[in-house]
Amino acid sequence: MSEAQRIRREKVLARRARIWAAIEPAAYLLPFMVSILIFTVYPFFNVVFMSFRQGFDLLTNTDQGIGLYNYQFVLGSRDFMNALTNTGIYVAVVVPVSAALAIVLANLLNRKVRGMAIFQTAYFLPMVTSAMAVGLAWRYIFLRDFGVLNQVLGWFGVDKINWLQKYPWSLYALILFGIWSNLPFTIILILSGLQNIDETYYTVARVDGAKSMRIFFRITVPLLAPTIGLVLTINTISASKVFSELFALFNGPGIGGSLFTVVYYIYEQFSKQKHAWAAAAAMILFVLIFIVTMLQQYIQRKWTY
Amino acid sequence: MHTKHRLRLGAAMMLLAVATFFVCAVLVLYANATTPRGPLPEGTVLMDKTPFKWGMALSVVLFGAGFALNHTHTARARIARSATYALLIFGAVLMVFPFYWMFSTAFKTPRETNVFPPQWLPSTLSLDNFHEAFRKAPFARYFVNSVIITTLSVLATGITTILASFAFSRLKFPGRDILFTLLLSMMMVPFEMLVITNYQTIVSWGLRDSLPALFVPFLASIFYTYILRNFFLSVPDGLYWSARVDGAGNWKYLWKIMVPIARPALVTIMLLNAITSWNSFMWPMMIIESTHNRTLPYGLQVFTTEAGTQFNLLMAASTVVILPIILLFLFARKQILRGVARGGLKG
Repeated sequence: MSEAQRIRREKVLARRARIWAAIEPAAYLLPFMVSILIFTVYPFFNVVFMSFRQGFDLLTNTDQGIGLYNYQFVLGSRDFMNALTNTGIYVAVVVPVSAALAIVLANLLNRKVRGMAIFQTAYFLPMVTSAMAVGLAWRYIFLRDFGVLNQVLGWFGVDKINWLQKYPWSLYALILFGIWSNLPFTIILILSGLQNIDETYYTVARVDGAKSMRIFFRITVPLLAPTIGLVLTINTISASKVFSELFALFNGPGIGGSLFTVVYYIYEQFSKQKHAWAAAAAMILFVLIFIVTMLQQYIQRKWTY
Repeated sequence: MHTKHRLRLGAAMMLLAVATFFVCAVLVLYANATTPRGPLPEGTVLMDKTPFKWGMALSVVLFGAGFALNHTHTARARIARSATYALLIFGAVLMVFPFYWMFSTAFKTPRETNVFPPQWLPSTLSLDNFHEAFRKAPFARYFVNSVIITTLSVLATGITTILASFAFSRLKFPGRDILFTLLLSMMMVPFEMLVITNYQTIVSWGLRDSLPALFVPFLASIFYTYILRNFFLSVPDGLYWSARVDGAGNWKYLWKIMVPIARPALVTIMLLNAITSWNSFMWPMMIIESTHNRTLPYGLQVFTTEAGTQFNLLMAASTVVILPIILLFLFARKQILRGVARGGLKG
C-alpha cells in the first residue's frame, strides 16, 4: 500500500466515523422517539386542537368550524359541574387526610421497629393491587345489609348506612376507599423524606434537651416541608383523576349519575362518541393540573428552609 | 417506700390497667353486638354495660396513678414503644382487612355471603367459587391475555428505555438537554387526555379490539427513561473511556457494562411497569370489545355486571386478579418500594 493510498483510506475511515457519530444518537433514540411522538406528543397537541373543533367526527376526522362551542357545552352541562364538585370534595378531603395519616404512620415506621417486613407488606399492598379488584372487596364491605362496615358501626350503636346507593354517603364511601388506597404511596414518599433528614440535627437537639414534641415540630416538620409539598401535589393530581374506583364501588357514577367525576365525565362523553366534548373536558382537567403543579413549584421556591 | 418497690408497683398498676381496659372494652362491644335492633320482645334481659364502662374509666385512673409512681426514663420509653406497636398494628389490620375479606369471602358459600351479621370465617375451604367463576366467564383467557400484554410491554419498554437513556446520558448531540427537558414537561399531561387521540390512531391503524392495541401505545415511557438516565449519569466517566480504549464501541459498552451495572434500576423500572400494565383498566375498556381480547381488570368489571351480587364469585375472581401481583410484591418488595419512592406508579 502506497503512502497516498494509506492517507486516502484513513480519511475515508475518519469521515465514516464522523458520519456514524452524527447518526448514532439518532439510531439509539429512534424507537423511543417514534413511540413518544405518536402516542404522547402528537396526541397532546391533537387534543388541544380537537377541543376547539365544532361538530368534530373522529372517524372521518372532519369538523364544522373552530370555536369555543365545546367548552361552552361542557362548562354549561350539569353533569360536568356535578363532576367538578364531587372531584373537588374528593380531592379536598382525601389529599390532606391521607397526608396527615401518612406523616404519623411514617414517623412510627421510621423508628426501629421489629417485623418491618410484615408492616411494609401490610401497609403497601393496596398500592400495587388493581383498584378494580380491591374496590370490589370494598363494595362488599360497604353493603348496607350484609356489609361488615355497618356491622362494626353497629357495635358502637350506629344505624345501618346505605353507603353505596345514597348520594352523600356514596361520596363518603369513595373518599374512604380513596384514603385507604392513597395512603401507602403517601407513606412511602414521606418515609423517604424522613430518611433523608440528617441524623445530626436530632442528636444535637437531644443533647440540648429538646422534648420530642418540640423536635417533631421544630426539626422534622420544617425539614419535611418540601416532601410534604411534593406529596400534596402528586396526590392532588392523581386524586383528581379518580375513575376506576367508581366502577369498582358503584358500577358507574353512582345512583342516578349523582357521583360523576371529571375523568368519568371524559369517559362518558368519549363512549357516547362525543369526542370533542371529551377533549374539552380533558383540556379543563389538564389546565387545572397545570395550575396545581405551577403553584406547588412556586411555593416550593418561596418556602425553602 | 423503697424506690425499687415503688417502681415495681407502678409498673404492675399500669399493666393491670391496660389489661382491665382491654377486657372491659371487649365486653362493652360484645354487649352492643348482641343487642337486637328494633323493638325488644317482652321479657328480654339486656346485658348491663354500666360496670364495664366504670371499669374502663377506673383503668384510666389506675394507669395514671401507676405512671405517677413510675415515670422513669425506661417506663416512658416502654410506654412509647408499646404505643408505637399498638398504633402500627392497628393501622396494619385496617390496611390488610379488605384483602382478608376478599380471600375469606372467596371460600364462603353463597348463603354465607348474605347474612347479617356477616360471617367472618368461611365454613369450608373448597375451591367451588373459583371453578364457578372460571365457568361463568373466561378468566383463564383473560389471565393469558394479561400475561402476554404485560410481558410484551415490559420487554419493549425496557429496550426503548435502555437505548434512549443511553443516548440522553452518554452520547452527545446538539439540543440533547433541551429535548430532554421538553419531554419531561410532557409528563404533566394526564394520560386521560391522550387516550382520546390514541384511540383515533389505533382505530385508523385497524388495530381496534385486538391484543396489539393494548400494548402498542405503551412501548416507551418518559418517566422510566428519566429514572434510568439519572442512574446512567451517576456511572463515572472513567469506566466509559477505559472501555473505549479497550476497543469497545458504544453498543458493546451499553450492553456489556452499563446494563449489568444498572440492573437494580432496571429491575425496579420493569417491576413498576409490570404492575401498571397488569392493573391498567381505562384503556382496555375503551379499545376492547370482544370477550376473548379482555384483560383481567376489565374482564372483572364485565363480570360484576354479570355476577351481580354473588360476592363469593366476585371475590374469587378478584383474588385471581390480584394474586400474581401480591406474589410479585412479596418477592420483590424492596425493589418495588425503592422505585415508588421516586414517584413511580402515579401519573
